[in-house]
Amino acid sequence: MTTTPSDGRPPVWRRLLFPAVVAVIAIGAAVATLAYLRPGSSDAIASIGGPFTLTTQTGAKLSDTDLKGKPFGVFFGFTHCPEVCPTTLTEMTQSLKELGPEADNLKLLFISVDPTRDTPEFLSLYLQSFDPRIVGLTGTEAEIAAVGKEYRAFWEKVPLADGDYTMNHTATIFLMDAKGRFTGTIAYGEDVKTRVAKLKRLVVGSA
Amino acid sequence: MSVSVHGASPRALSHSIALARRLARPRSLEECLGLAMLAVAFTVVFGQSAFAHESKAGDIEIVHPWSRATPANAEVAAGYLTLKNEGKTADRLIAATGTIANVTQVHEMKVDDKGLMTMKEVPGGLEIPAGGEVTLKPGSYHIMFMKLKEPAKEGQSFEGTLTFEKAGTVTVEYTVEAMGKDMEMGGGHDDHAK
Repeated sequence: MTTTPSDGRPPVWRRLLFPAVVAVIAIGAAVATLAYLRPGSSDAIASIGGPFTLTTQTGAKLSDTDLKGKPFGVFFGFTHCPEVCPTTLTEMTQSLKELGPEADNLKLLFISVDPTRDTPEFLSLYLQSFDPRIVGLTGTEAEIAAVGKEYRAFWEKVPLADGDYTMNHTATIFLMDAKGRFTGTIAYGEDVKTRVAKLKRLVVGSA
Repeated sequence: MSVSVHGASPRALSHSIALARRLARPRSLEECLGLAMLAVAFTVVFGQSAFAHESKAGDIEIVHPWSRATPANAEVAAGYLTLKNEGKTADRLIAATGTIANVTQVHEMKVDDKGLMTMKEVPGGLEIPAGGEVTLKPGSYHIMFMKLKEPAKEGQSFEGTLTFEKAGTVTVEYTVEAMGKDMEMGGGHDDHAK
């Protein structure tokens, strides 16, 4: 028999069993904790935003690479919108005015979720009422849908009685830094001070 | 009227005191008449803002209809107001029109905690409970003006009608406030009326 030493101590494998079990449990717990935490934090944040190429109100193309080095906000809306969109655009105009030339690098992208009606020409006239740092973007249904997916924005057509339609849509502004990374949001109806502070932080943080 | 233009400055104080005394204790018929006219004038001037934006249809009182200036080229606008039902039975706002729009509907709008804005036509009309009131305001119900014939311009006003199931149709006048007028305030005229 080779397993039992003459001093009466248990064999090596018996002595290592307990520490081995503890190590397996500890590693398992650590892996599980990491797996549990990740989707809630870094993964979700990292996955908002992405590449796009859309048409501006002047008819020119604008892509995410054109915005490299510049912070920007993304808002999905449409011009046949009675409240949320004109209010957001008015509030952003006021905020940009308050920030002044400091925010000249900052762009707010107003991406139309109603490209059928929001042609570049239509957007161009509509946006005359707002700050020139607000850029209207439109494109094909497929192009817009792809950007919406990247930003996890939602919208749908709502038919109205007379054959007309309106849109339900995400009313949040997504804030992206100069590297195109998601940094936070501005919710609809958020007060002026918070809104301006968030934009300022975005501009300063991207400088 | 005896309330005349003030004289040169050295005499202004004594003049004012004398005037105040005369007003406090009117002596002649002309002075009484003058004061009465003044009172009427004050009532008309200060009462204006309160009266101008209220109207009634049966038991329904319509308070301060207002709208917001529209962006250039816009084809929609929203109207807001408060409906008070002083009657003993509920009524419904079933239709609306506006001179600026080709199509007008009553809509409900809300933004949920995920930031999703939803909007729909109020099915079967908007109920105003007996003895209660409903306020159409930003972030909630609104009169939806569509296929605009003309823009809503700040400082101007436009007419519209509201039709109630029981109280019938009434004409109202919407005051156009600034674009994106503050959400909580619900229009500036409330302050003037108080």
